[in-house]
Amino acid sequence: MNAPAKIGPPMWLLAEVTYRCPLHCVFCYNPVDFAKHEVELSTDDWLRVLREGRELGAVQCGFSGGEPLLRDDLEILIGEARQLGYYTNLITSGVGLTEARLDAFKAAGLDHIQLSFQDSTKEINDFLTHTRTFDLKQKVGEMIKARGWPMVMNVVIHRLNIDHIGRIIEMADALGAEYLELANAQYYSWALLNRDQLMPSREQLRRAEAVTNEWKEKLAERMRILFVVPDYHEGKPKKCMNGWGNVFLTVTPDGTALPCHTARMLPGLSFPNVRDSSLREIWHESEGFNHYRGTGWMKKPCRDCDHKEEDLGGCRCQAYLLAGDADAADPVCPKSPHHEIVSAALENATNPNRQTQPLIFRDPKESRRLTREAKTPSPTA
Amino acid sequence: MDGTPRLGHGFRFQWEPAQKCHVLLYPEGMIKLNQSGGEILARCDGQRDVAAIVADLEAAFSASGLRGDVEGFLAMAIEKRWLKLETGAKA
Repeated sequence: MNAPAKIGPPMWLLAEVTYRCPLHCVFCYNPVDFAKHEVELSTDDWLRVLREGRELGAVQCGFSGGEPLLRDDLEILIGEARQLGYYTNLITSGVGLTEARLDAFKAAGLDHIQLSFQDSTKEINDFLTHTRTFDLKQKVGEMIKARGWPMVMNVVIHRLNIDHIGRIIEMADALGAEYLELANAQYYSWALLNRDQLMPSREQLRRAEAVTNEWKEKLAERMRILFVVPDYHEGKPKKCMNGWGNVFLTVTPDGTALPCHTARMLPGLSFPNVRDSSLREIWHESEGFNHYRGTGWMKKPCRDCDHKEEDLGGCRCQAYLLAGDADAADPVCPKSPHHEIVSAALENATNPNRQTQPLIFRDPKESRRLTREAKTPSPTA
Repeated sequence: MDGTPRLGHGFRFQWEPAQKCHVLLYPEGMIKLNQSGGEILARCDGQRDVAAIVADLEAAFSASGLRGDVEGFLAMAIEKRWLKLETGAKA
């Protein structure tokens, strides 16, 4: 319905090979109920998915999770992906990465590793001084560089580390990073549960941007720094996933195919499983992928908005989470009738007397508890 | 322009049937090339120097005077780090 006449090939096949993870990040975008999707695709299933994705025209293949290193067939999957002509990207925390494993990835033809930094312990405030983390990343970083891969680092930025952004950049430089992505937390799944603790104030964000710009200039010769501004603060809806069903095809650990990694939360939409359908059918014909393609699904104010092609109404998951309606305008947009939810969250971030709950860490126990408690979809605002 | 161009660190060049064009792949991205860009990059194999690339293209397309255009493209590609120009003893 309402899909654009011509659907191009996906550029990305994102293989979320497992939800298992040794870390417990409070900003994780994996579904809050991840623990109930325990049955993972087999090696053969993944090999077929990789072949079908390539036939469909995907060129970038990302292996992520959870922590993809926990799949012991990862080198087989990487080898097949490389053989098929994908540019292969491994997105990892580096926890559990060994010399032997890296050699196997190199032999398999892995093109690129994105090493992410996160809070690997519950001592969030100690994040930057937590030497075990730093030592681990340093060791892994050296092993990556020694094998000739570019050093690409990603750090999720939030209220608890944003004031140290200069030190984060220094640390990345010390580790020899060539690219550094400073990605402000986006409020989905676990990050939404923890939003009050994670959201920086406007002032914090402004300072962080200024500091980042100074470092950008200073390190221009050797490091490219990307600062991803949070949409709550920008007051501008993002063209989410660069368009629904336009660039990304995500396959989750249990084989559910999604236009974005959080879309399975949307009610009333069915997303096919790669065990039952080919990727070609999924991409071109499934209701889940066609539903929000283009602009035909929009209602007011998006339908009549001059910017509708530019931002495509923002993010469907955010509309659902905040406005309770996946067809609504993304509430970060000032034209949204629900914009006050976003304004209130921002206001709260500047309130010195604000009340916050304890952080909720992403782990299977919490996941099962939250699944049990949530008879209805995730709590909002 | 003297020297031997080769692909920059982390870049891969290939023909994409689904796009019906040559592309450059790099961490998390893709650049679609037009026909002449594709023909030039296909010859940047780290073996041929700029003069050899120009000669090869002129022979392949029965053309002459391509040097300016080729050097223009190479300069742009080097600036964008798609290519590295190796100069010195070993061409």
